[in-house]
Amino acid sequence: MSLTVTALSVEKSGTAILSDVGFSAPAGRITGLIGPNGAGKSTLLSALLGLVPAQGSIAFEGNDLPRMRRRDRARLLALVEQSTATEERLSVHDVVTLGRIPHEAAWQAEPNPEDEGIIAQALADTGTTGFTARRFTTLSGGEQQRVHVARALAQQPRLLLLDEPTSHLDIRAQLQLLALLRQKAGAGMTILVALHDLNLAARFCDHLVVLANGRLAAQGSPAEILTPELLRSVYGVSARLVSDTANGRPLIVYDEAIAEGDAQIPD
Amino acid sequence: MTITHRLSLPALAVILIASAIAAVTFGPADITPGEVWSVIAHHLGILPESPVSRLRDAIVWELRLPRVLTALGVGAGLALSGAVMQALTRNPLADPFLLGLSSGAALGAVSFLLLGLTLLMPLGAFFGSLGALALALLIAQLLGGATPSRAILAGICIAALASAATSFLIFWSATGDSYREILSWLMGSLSGSIWSDAGLVYLALAACLPIILANGRALDAFAFGDTAAASLGIDVPRLRWTLLGATALLTGIMVAIGGAIGFVGLVVPHAVRLAVGSAHRKLLPHVMLAGAIFMLWTDTAARTLFDPRELPVGIITALIGAPVFLAVLLRYRRIT
Repeated sequence: MSLTVTALSVEKSGTAILSDVGFSAPAGRITGLIGPNGAGKSTLLSALLGLVPAQGSIAFEGNDLPRMRRRDRARLLALVEQSTATEERLSVHDVVTLGRIPHEAAWQAEPNPEDEGIIAQALADTGTTGFTARRFTTLSGGEQQRVHVARALAQQPRLLLLDEPTSHLDIRAQLQLLALLRQKAGAGMTILVALHDLNLAARFCDHLVVLANGRLAAQGSPAEILTPELLRSVYGVSARLVSDTANGRPLIVYDEAIAEGDAQIPD
Repeated sequence: MTITHRLSLPALAVILIASAIAAVTFGPADITPGEVWSVIAHHLGILPESPVSRLRDAIVWELRLPRVLTALGVGAGLALSGAVMQALTRNPLADPFLLGLSSGAALGAVSFLLLGLTLLMPLGAFFGSLGALALALLIAQLLGGATPSRAILAGICIAALASAATSFLIFWSATGDSYREILSWLMGSLSGSIWSDAGLVYLALAACLPIILANGRALDAFAFGDTAAASLGIDVPRLRWTLLGATALLTGIMVAIGGAIGFVGLVVPHAVRLAVGSAHRKLLPHVMLAGAIFMLWTDTAARTLFDPRELPVGIITALIGAPVFLAVLLRYRRIT
């Protein structure tokens, strides 16, 4: 069972942000959502979460996502945003505990032992156990992002959505995060991650969904769809693709930006 | 940590009760805690014969008790309103006074008074605070999103407008003693509180408390913004309007009774957060009790410090609150 999106359209004040987007994200795999700025990646994630009104259908593991109750949906899918700060005095433990909200009983005052076990596991998975008691605002950007991932994992989602989670991370933290996603996918979680860095996407994703101007431009395995033609038409760059001899994954070498008139961005 | 946290609520409750009894004994007439007990017991029918003289009984039962109870309720309501608004708008500077709600409520109350709708004055205050809140959020939206500084600027604008309108109404219609009385009320004063005032305050609290406390955990979900809250399964628009409606009601009633007492909603939640953290299921009950205690002691100071003259308590809360406002501003100077 996978995530299957069919004929998804989103309009904001009369302008189409997404038009007739259809794709699937295989279960237990990492699907990369790529495309230039303004292609509609964040809107697509918002639509999956039910945050913006959308037409079309979104099915996941036999559930019709838009028709689910909010709380039930929040038990099924979790979101990690690009970078979110807070002014609240919250410990790392407090932040991760937020992930238990969709599972908590109405008047539950404290996390119960089961919650604590899940929280401890999420902290361990993300390598954040060491700063459980620290104040969230004292962490570095990379550490904060790991805590956000831990919070999302504490939600025990079957589908994890991440909106450019690596953009504020140094390269080591980026690799650590994607390795963690690999591991979670291996354990059966379906992952949809919007990424800017195409080489990271090529290296870590099993499946890619390419958006351009609110439409689906291509989908398939990185080796199939990352071509000089696609990079030219979607991103407006000329680039070569070489194969990473170590793992057989495609590797992109960028040459130059194509002059505005020459780029053929599909409409 | 957990032990102190478990005991902190009962400890606050004990302080509150002790403070209430102590505050009743304070004042021009010396009254002992024993006499206070006797009066209460007598009026509750536990003590058939009161050992306290008629006059002293009246001082306790007709003057000081209603005032103390009103102060406790008003403080709890204003402090809770502040804490809820700060969480919902992710704005550490949110306060019913600073966002213009109090001025709106005052305008609503004065308008209803002058229309002769004296009994409906609390309703006018509620409409006024609701209108001011809607206007503040609307102006902040027009400025491009309700960031803390935009919300405060919108609040300043509304407060200025509402205060001018209120002053105009008073200037136009009030004379002599009533002029002075209304001015004192506008500055925030609990003088002359009677049992029905206390009753109204606790009625408003009874209506709003369950709604606010039941959503404490949902307020935590707002720590990282609306999208994060929604992704945790919170119905963001519905919760926001429900809770902002509840705070507007609380503020409206508190202003109808005590006038524009400022900064309680700012000072108390920030102080309590330092002690117990930001988790709202823990924070809100503490804020409620601490707000009640804070209001009680500032009001007791207001009526006893310059005896026989009485200060509007709003002056004292502003003297404490303005420096706290500055401290919060410095602490959060990164946000705009």
